Amino acid sequence: MKGNFIDNLPKVYGIYTGGFIGFIIIMAIAEQMGMTAKAIGIAFVAFTVFIYALIGWLSRTAQADAYYVAGRQVPTVFNGMATAADWMSGASFVAMAGGIYFKGYGYMALLVGWTGGYVLVASLLAPYLRKFGCYTVPDFIGTRYGGNLARFSAVVVLTVASFTYVTAQINATGTIASVALDIPFQYAVYVGLISILLCSMLGGMRGVTWTQVAQYIVLIIAYLLPVFWISNKMGAGFFPHFMLADEVARIGELEQQFGFVKNAAADLKSVPKGLAGITKAHSAVNATPWAFISLALAMMMGTASLPHVMMRYFTTPSVKAARKSVGWSLFFIFLLYSSAPMLATLSKLSLIDPNLPTGIIGKTFAEVEAIDWYQNWNQANLMFISDFNGNGTLELNEFFMGGKAVVLATPEIAGLPYVISGLVAAGGMAAAMSTADGLILAIANAISHDVYYKIIDPKAETAKRLLVARVLLVVIGFAGATIAAMEIQGILGSVIWAFDFAMSGLFFPLVLGVWWKRANRQGAIAGMLGGLAAGAWYLIWVRTGGSGFLGITQLTFGIFGSAVSLVLMVVVSLMTAEPDKATQKMVDDVRVPSGKSILGRSH
Amino acid sequence: MSNQQKHWEKTRGLLFITLAIWFVFSIGIFLFGAEMNEVTGPFGYPWTYWFTCQGSLGAFVILIFWFANRQEKIDEEFGFSEREDE
Repeated sequence: MKGNFIDNLPKVYGIYTGGFIGFIIIMAIAEQMGMTAKAIGIAFVAFTVFIYALIGWLSRTAQADAYYVAGRQVPTVFNGMATAADWMSGASFVAMAGGIYFKGYGYMALLVGWTGGYVLVASLLAPYLRKFGCYTVPDFIGTRYGGNLARFSAVVVLTVASFTYVTAQINATGTIASVALDIPFQYAVYVGLISILLCSMLGGMRGVTWTQVAQYIVLIIAYLLPVFWISNKMGAGFFPHFMLADEVARIGELEQQFGFVKNAAADLKSVPKGLAGITKAHSAVNATPWAFISLALAMMMGTASLPHVMMRYFTTPSVKAARKSVGWSLFFIFLLYSSAPMLATLSKLSLIDPNLPTGIIGKTFAEVEAIDWYQNWNQANLMFISDFNGNGTLELNEFFMGGKAVVLATPEIAGLPYVISGLVAAGGMAAAMSTADGLILAIANAISHDVYYKIIDPKAETAKRLLVARVLLVVIGFAGATIAAMEIQGILGSVIWAFDFAMSGLFFPLVLGVWWKRANRQGAIAGMLGGLAAGAWYLIWVRTGGSGFLGITQLTFGIFGSAVSLVLMVVVSLMTAEPDKATQKMVDDVRVPSGKSILGRSH
Repeated sequence: MSNQQKHWEKTRGLLFITLAIWFVFSIGIFLFGAEMNEVTGPFGYPWTYWFTCQGSLGAFVILIFWFANRQEKIDEEFGFSEREDE
């Protein structure tokens, strides 16, 4: 039956995709027949979450290798989809197009960084860690370097990085659930959390894998359909990616015409928190090479160090499949990332071009305030206008918007039916849930496998291990939700920090573990703990008014952390004895795809 | 040199080539971002803008598949590819 399921995957997900498109059509018909916008929103979120929960329940398991690595039988392309969903968070889905809209080139370093990192994953790490046969990332560190302290240090870095990340994801599920279901955020966070746990609790990695594939399908349809539809409706071109050059140029022209007028500080005080105006050129290079490159580099190295991504490649049937699977992952990510700038372009042009019926710049305030969508999004605290210069017409510097509005509001502005907005909510929910699932599982697995089983109680039976893993899953989920409910950091800020923490502590210990035979336990421990401490210190220093150096900001502190990590690791390794023969043999074995994996199938 | 050493030598060579191409698309071209953006590139977009939207991203996708194929060939050449039953 199991083998059957794997063979039937294309059919199963084909039917699923068809079913989902059918559902969208039914909702569209229901909308024409008078179903309210609110009911459509609830239907979309409830229906998709129900499907994920069903998949989670069908994937329940009592076996360790199914729970930790989905039985190592996930085919290349499907693992690519699952990784893409795992990877693309609520931030990618909801906030990325907004970031591009407001910050332009300087922000697009993230696009380059979040894709380029996969080259490092494919060439430096994934195939080798797959050959190793580990269940978790600390499992590799612990076995390669030996000793409980090395293993534990890796768990510490993993937990710091992933936990920073997961609160942002639970926050995003809460935001979407609160809007779509119309309940207060404090409760919505826990609704989001329960949806997340339904996917992962019973089936572990197996459940998460098959729900993530389902979530990818929902999120990519939800992102691409509006982009293509809006582009066609605006007459910008039927395939926006290849056809928006004129629109990009037109935005440049309009920016020249309007000029970027600086607002007085006193005026800006009246703008609600979190909203911003257009102050940077859309397609011009507005960052120094180092500002761009350092951010891209930090995101690339962070990508290669984030355990929830790396562990996806432990689930492929072979080393060969792991490599190819990285390519497929990036392909599926590329579909969304290359569309985000197009959405930002369409959104901006539709708002600022006076020649378009949707353009609001140059209209009178009375006209703009009478528009339905403006009223809706103004009420949702995502749009704001104010007549600073008192001339009665809206200028470019008098219009403010929240970053999320680019994805959430553009369909409505372009006059698409509400069914599309419901679909977008379901897509955002899928993106945030899938990433949160991957992260919570990464933390819970590391603590249950590496701390509980490998360090505390090596004789524990499978049933007990899996019970501990599930209890931890719930505990970590609730801890994340509790912190998310406090709303400390914005979604994107904490996401970027997670990359910096991960690269500070894990990048070099992982890479050198494969590529430098001489790397030893002492060096790795110094690298992990020293790198993490240095990165954290730099972040705190800059946050508390420190000036920083070399242009390293609070978004790129990982560059400093990982540099310290590299130096410490090399120096300490060379000062202490080289690894024993058995370890060196282990490294040799990891470097070739053939032969048995280092750790047994079930360990 | 043993078979395994030769295999690793070639693997490392491939890594360096892969990282060099990666460097060009992720870092190299952005050293000249301002200059390059003056020139009209693919589909009429300014060059640097196009790279950040699509060019570099697409190059990475192609690069990974190319790398995976080359590495498979190296593994086969030295008899280190996996057997189906493993």
